[in-house]
Order: sequence, then C-alpha cells, then structure tokens
Amino acid sequence: MDAGQKYFRNYKLEQSLTQRRIVFAAIFVMVLITVLIGRLFYLQVVEFERYQTKADQNRLKLVTEPPSRGLIYDRNGLVLADNRPIHSLTIVPERVKDMDAFREELAGVIEITDEEWDDFNQRRKAYRRPYQSITLKSHLTDKAWAKLSVDLYKWEGVQVEAQLTRYYPYGEAFAHAIGYVGRINSKDLEKLDKQRYQGSLFLGKSGIERFYEEELHGFPGFSKVEVSARGRIMSEVERQNPVPGKAIQLHLDARLQQYAYDLLGDYTGSVIAMDPKTGGVLAFVSKPGFDANMFVRGISVKEYGALRDSPKLPLFNRALRGGYPPASTIKPFMALAGLENKLSSWTERYYASGAYQINPDGRRYRDWKKGGHGWINLERSIIESVDTYYYQLAHKMGISPIHSFLSRFGYGEKNILDLYGENAGLLPSNQWKKSKYGEPWYPGDSVNVGIGQGFMVATPLQIATATTALANRGEWLAPRMAKTVSGDVIEWPEDKLVSKRITLRREADWQRMVNSMKKVITDDQGTARRLQGTSYDIAGKTGTGQVFSLQDDEEYEADKLAKKLHDHALFIGFAPSKEPDIAIFAIFENGGSSSKPADLSKKLFDAYILGKYPRKYNYLKVGSNE
Amino acid sequence: MNKGFYAQLRAFSNAKFWRDLHIDFFLVVSLALVAGGGLIILYSASGQDVAMVERQFVRLSIGFAACLFLAQVPPKFLRRLSPLLYLGVFSLLVMVLFFGVGAKGAQRWLEIPGIGRFQPSELMKVVMPMAVAWYFSNRHLPPKFKHISIVLIMVAVPVFVIARQPDLGTSLLVGVSGIFALFLAGLGWRYILGAALSAPIAGFFLWQVMHAYQKQRVLTFLNPESDPLGSGWNIIQSKTAIGSGGLEGKGFLSGTQAQLEFLPESHTDFIIAVLAEEFGMFGCLILLTGYLLIIARGLYIAAFAEDNYARLLAGSLTLTFFVYIFVNIGMVSGILPVVGVPLPLVSYGGTSIITIMSTFGILMSIHTHKRARK
Repeated sequence: MDAGQKYFRNYKLEQSLTQRRIVFAAIFVMVLITVLIGRLFYLQVVEFERYQTKADQNRLKLVTEPPSRGLIYDRNGLVLADNRPIHSLTIVPERVKDMDAFREELAGVIEITDEEWDDFNQRRKAYRRPYQSITLKSHLTDKAWAKLSVDLYKWEGVQVEAQLTRYYPYGEAFAHAIGYVGRINSKDLEKLDKQRYQGSLFLGKSGIERFYEEELHGFPGFSKVEVSARGRIMSEVERQNPVPGKAIQLHLDARLQQYAYDLLGDYTGSVIAMDPKTGGVLAFVSKPGFDANMFVRGISVKEYGALRDSPKLPLFNRALRGGYPPASTIKPFMALAGLENKLSSWTERYYASGAYQINPDGRRYRDWKKGGHGWINLERSIIESVDTYYYQLAHKMGISPIHSFLSRFGYGEKNILDLYGENAGLLPSNQWKKSKYGEPWYPGDSVNVGIGQGFMVATPLQIATATTALANRGEWLAPRMAKTVSGDVIEWPEDKLVSKRITLRREADWQRMVNSMKKVITDDQGTARRLQGTSYDIAGKTGTGQVFSLQDDEEYEADKLAKKLHDHALFIGFAPSKEPDIAIFAIFENGGSSSKPADLSKKLFDAYILGKYPRKYNYLKVGSNE
Repeated sequence: MNKGFYAQLRAFSNAKFWRDLHIDFFLVVSLALVAGGGLIILYSASGQDVAMVERQFVRLSIGFAACLFLAQVPPKFLRRLSPLLYLGVFSLLVMVLFFGVGAKGAQRWLEIPGIGRFQPSELMKVVMPMAVAWYFSNRHLPPKFKHISIVLIMVAVPVFVIARQPDLGTSLLVGVSGIFALFLAGLGWRYILGAALSAPIAGFFLWQVMHAYQKQRVLTFLNPESDPLGSGWNIIQSKTAIGSGGLEGKGFLSGTQAQLEFLPESHTDFIIAVLAEEFGMFGCLILLTGYLLIIARGLYIAAFAEDNYARLLAGSLTLTFFVYIFVNIGMVSGILPVVGVPLPLVSYGGTSIITIMSTFGILMSIHTHKRARK
C-alpha cells in the first residue's frame, strides 16, 4: 500500500499475527478482570462482616460523659465547693494547614510557652489516631479565653474546650474543713471502679471531698455517637444521661469559719465550734491553711515543696490531727472524775499553797500562782484554776479512774463521724506506759495528768467534743461535718457511736460544774473575767499549756527557742450557758496568755448568738449582693 | 418484538450517517453511560458538592468534544504526524525537567503564559503508542531484535524522564502503552518469557545491594498496611469501605466511610470505594461491565482495523485504558501498591479525562475511516 513497503511483505500473515495478539490481550484482560472481581468478592462477601464491624467501629464512638460533682454548701446554703468550666485550647493538627504560621499568629493573641509547644509537639508525634485533638494549653484565663474567642474562627482545627472542674471560692480558711480533690493518679486507678470513673479526672483526696467521695461523685453517662473521621460528632445514636453527684450541706457556718480564722491573727492554731444540739461542727479552723485550688490545678513541685517545708506547717490539719496538752481545760472533767469517785466534794475545803509535794522532800509541783490561793473549795479551784488542787486530786485517784472517766468524753478516742485521718490523741494508762516505755506508772505521772499535762495529749476536736458534752450536761454527741446529703438528713451507720448519755452518780453535778464555769467569767478572781459584760451567760475555762519541759541533759538555747517555748494558750467555753447554742475550743500555739483564745471565743459567741459579725464578712452571707 | 427491537437498534447503530460523522455509536453510548454513572458517584463522593459535579461535567463535555474532533482526523494523517508528535512531546518533557512548575513536591506542569498549565506527560500516554505503531508500520512483523531494542529505548527514555518528575503512575502507564504496542506487533514469546523470568532475578540482586532504609521504603510501598497511620491509612479505610458495602451496598449517600470522611481522596483516586460502599458488589459489577463493553469494542476495532499501524495503535490504547482500571481498582482494593492512577471517566480531575477521551477519538477515527469493504 505505502510506497516504502517492500514487495514481499506478507500482509495476510502480519494481520493474523496482530489479530492473534489482540485475542491474547483479550484473554489477558478477562483474566485480570476475574482477579478484580475475585478480590471484590473476597472483600465484600467473604470478609463482609469483618469490614462491616470495622466501619461501625470507625463511625460509632462511645463517649463517656463524666457526672458533675456534687456541690458542698455551708449551713446557710453558701457554695463552698463549686464546679467551674476550665477552658483549654485544643488543636487537631491534621486540620491546621501551616503550623508555623499558626504559631506565629497565635503568639500575637495569647502567650504560649516553649514548653507548652514542646509538649504539644511531642504528643503530636506520638502514636495517635488522626484527627484527634491535642491540648496545647489548659486552664486558660478568662482574659485569654475572651481574646481567643475573637480569633478562633480564623483557624481551622483550633478549639476552646470546656470541662467542669472543682473550684473553692473562699480560700485558705476552708481548705482543712472541706478538703480538696486532686487528679486521679495511677495508684488511685487500681482501687477505683473504672467504669464509674471513666472520663473523670478528679477524686476527693482529703476532708469532706474524700469522705463523701461516694456521694459526691455521681455516675457517668454514656452517649453512642456517630463521628466523622475528623472527630466531629454527627449524630447521637443512643444516650444515657450522667447522674450528677449528690449535694452535701455542712453544719459549717462560712462566716463563723472565716471570722475565727482571721481572729487567730498571725498565730498558728485551731478553733473548733460545735452546735451542742446536733453535734454539728460550726467552725473547723486550722491555721495556716492553703489554697486548695492549687491541688485541682495540679500543684507544682516547687509550690508543694514550699507548703511542705514551711515552718508553720500549713498542710497539717491541726484541728483533726494536732496533739496538744489540754492543760487546765481538763480541770472541769478532772473535778467531775473526783466527784464521781467520791474523792472530792463541793463542800470540802482545801488549802492551796504555792506547790504540791507527794513526799515531804520530793519534787515540788508548782502552782501557776506564786504563794498559792489559800483556802479554797472545788468551785474556786475551777474559777481560779488552782493547780495544786488537781495535783492532789489526781494523785489520790491514780490513773485508772482518770482514764476510764475521761475516755467517756472521747479523750483518747476517734470521735468524728465523717472525716478520715483523725488523731486519737493520748489518754495514758498503766498498760500504755508499760508497753511504750517498759516502766510502771508512777504517782508523779498522775500528778501531771491532773492539770492536763505530762503524757496526756488531746486534739482540738476531742476537747471541743468533751466541752460540748459538758455544755449538754452529759448528752454526748459525736462531732459531725455534714448535715444533709441531697437534702436528706444523714442516717449514720449503726456501728458508729453517734450519741450517748454520760451519767453521773449525782446528775446535779453537771449544773454545778456549769455554774462554776460561769463564775470563771463572772467572779472577780475568775481567770476569764475579761469576758464579762455580755448579754448572755458564758461558761468557760482557760488553759495554758507548757510546750517544753527541759530534760536534764538539755542545754537551754534561749535565743533559738524563746518563741517556741511560749505556752500554748487555750480556752473552752459555751453559751448561752443555760441552753447553749455553741461550744468553742480555741488554741493559740505559743500564744502565751489565755486571754487571746478567750477574747476570740467571746467574739465568736457575739457573732453566732447575736449576729454581730464585722461587715466585711457579708460576702459569706447567702443573699448578700457581694 | 424483542428481536425486532434489537435489529432496529443494530440498524440504527450501523447507520451510514454515523459513519459519515465518524462516530462509533456503540463506543459513544458506552462511554456516556460510564461517565454519567461516574457523575452520580462523584455527587456522593464529593459530599454532594453540585459545583464539583458541574465542573466535572464541563470537563467531560470538553473531553467528548476532543474525542469527536480527533475522530475526524484520518489515521493516515496521524501516522505521518506520529514521529513529529513523539519528538515534540518528548522535548516538552525535557523542558518540564528544567522549567516545570508543580505541587506537592512533584514538577509536572508547564506554564504557558496567557493560556495556563498543562501536563506533557499526559500527552505522552497517547503519543507513545502512536510512535511505536508508526515505527512498526513500515517494518516486517514480528519485529527483529534490533527493532525491539530501538523501540525499548524509545519507550524507556520518556518513561525515565517522567519518573524523575516524579510521577510513578503516569510513567507506568506511558511505559505500558508502548510495551503493549510492542506486544501486539508480535514480540516473540521467548522475549516475553525471558523478561518474565529475569525480572525477579534482577529484583533479587537489586535487593542485595540496597540500603536498609531503601528496603524499608520498598516494603512499605508493597505493604502499606505495615504503616497504619501513615500510608496504610488510606488502604485500610478503602478496604473497610469496600468490604462493608457487601453485596448490595449501604445505599446512595449512605456510605459511612465516605460520608464521614474516613475515606481519603474519595472523589479522586479512591472513588471506586465509594461506589463499592454505597452500591455494593452489584454496583461494582455494573461499572465493570460498562468498562468491559468499552474495552471489547476497542479490541474489536483494533482487530478489524485496516493496517498494522491502526491495529497496534487501537489495541495498545484500549489496553492502556484497561490498565488504568486494573491498577486503580487493584490499588484501592489493596492488591497493588498505591500509585496515583485515577479511575478513568469516574475520578474527579482534569487532564486525564481529556487524554482518555482523545484516545477514543483516535479509535473512532480508525474505525470510521476504513475504506468501504468489498
């Protein structure tokens, strides 16, 4: 056909060759098509169920919705432990087109530290599902959040997410009373019900938050959602709402608490106020406190170190765990013990010299008043806090009757119904000393215990509990923090000692003791006569506790120890004395003079009974506009 | 009745006016059916983006226009032009190496001021079989060793240049289109057998001298699922989409993998997975049937073409079209490594539609320019 072709070409043969090849090609096509169909058959028929499940796993996600934690209220309904949304800046890296440009733009809006970026980049590179968000910065301030909100629309894949987190609005005065929540750590996880804590970040770590964890936590909800590959929730398939935690109302009075805390001034110490009618704790002060929000935010090593190493021990819960000599506040109880054991009477007279000796040439146990008090009786021993009277009484009684009588008031026992970690103090006995020191109980040991010193150690909570029993004329009530759980009055388990009646041989002795304690204020020689002039009657008892007794081999380092050597100043009291509304124990560590806790108590009585709070505490009053 | 209709259709499709217009009725209808179905799938795959479907429709229309235009050009003319086209496109490819622009780290386009960008490697897919067919058109078949060698060089050089861009998918298709022409020309079976045997041996020796990281790259290339969050993600998701479609599919617009964006590139290279998910295996079989009709018609045209040039060209163009389909579906369903090859007529995207439609223009030209039978 064409000019260039040679004449002997066999076109027929070449045509059939190429045609044969086309047939081969057709067969080749059919074989490969069969392979494709076989592959489709394998995926869509043989493995259908597997891939169907896989597609559902892709698309359906079970999202846990953690319950919101129950709030904690004071007795008047003021929220002491709140939930607040914490805002975090999260990023889906796959959706950010140019990370460097974004970083630069963001730097113009809020400050992100290099560490935060490093952290973010590290998590970005780690094994993760694509399109899942990573937190760049948590705990955004309101200002940063507001600034970000303006610019947020500009960036794809950048979000501000909110999560409810515990917040304690009223600061360090409340930390020891309420406790705090902290991040759930790996140790906690071993013990926790994983189902119930799914999606939760926090757990009650101390105080009310810990004791009532079960009630406060609530139950998580679940929602089965359809999500896109980018993690966006498209629709909800199934849902079970979370059950929020129960609210807890405390007996605590927020104003009284803050007032008491402030009245301690620069001193360390503790104040407990109780409602004698219910055993409810009205104020639970341990000073200094701390800002519990630090533990929610995640306390830094440095911050924690500063708290832990502070000489004032802010993390130490003095109210619950502080061991102090009850000092002269023990005297009303010691006097009742003497009456109960028929070793003293209201009428019997006693000559109180400047010191007491067991043996004529033995150790002189000094009275606080040089030269002594002269002829006195039991009532005056309370009014003037006569040490020698109680030296001789305790000596006469010996430790066993003291131990058995005082333990009825809760000394040496754990008393509170709803806090963990209470210190039982120390109510010494024969057996105790033998097992602890391998020595018998000496009469001199009893003499010291007679004025609440020596081996005896009590916690503020114990002394307040005993004082309440005195205020109630023998009606002993276990101290308790919480009043209601979601509005229902708490029913305490039967194995807990909730209340009891302390009976005396002569029940009238209760009232006579209260009268004597009233005279501590009203009598001209009363140790708390400075509290006179109230419109209601106060019954009280002062105390000053020795911090140190020098050992023989110890050198006296006056400069170094002088301040620490100051006596602890104590006061117990209740008012109005006839039908008390409030019983108080206060201690100023190294306060020197018991006038400090006495004055504090009077101010608290005025506040609680007469409503005489300084105006500045109005913000702690429900319904105030502050 | 039925028979009557069939006879009528046949008569209609063979009508003389189609021939005068240089249109192959059968081919045009099958192409239109597949392309129309493709638009429906694209509507779903694009997340019901009407604008995208419209753009694709415009491209298809341009493609059909190019097809009809090329059908008017006599094969004789094409044959004469073949060597010139080959050299021209090759020099464009070389220019791409030096002046090319690109995206995503590949340099594939030439910028023509005032007109826009175009991709010379796409042209090579058509020009390569033309050149090989031209080379054999005035030589004895089956080809001798010397001619085979020359043709292999003709194929290898542009393939290498395109692979350098880098564009593995296109270079593969270009190479394959040349090799097909060589095969149809009657390449001796001993050469084919020899190549088939020496490939694994060469591979073995190559493997021995490769660095560990290179081996690792080859392994991930061959088995992307070993890297589930990187290159394996696409394959795992597309297999899940196909498998979960089952026999009947989840229904139009109801494929969770595609609609919830688990499936990447769902409107381009991985669009078959959308079809498989929403219309199941039945949907896939219908599409494959459409493709088979096109391929069968192409091979028929090739087999009964007038001369060697037309036979080789029509045959290799048709087979290259098939390779598109096979490589794409094979890759999406996880039996072939991932190379960027679109599904012809269905995948969203510009240049390849024009090239593909052009090849069918050439096929129609070959079929309709035959001198009347005796």
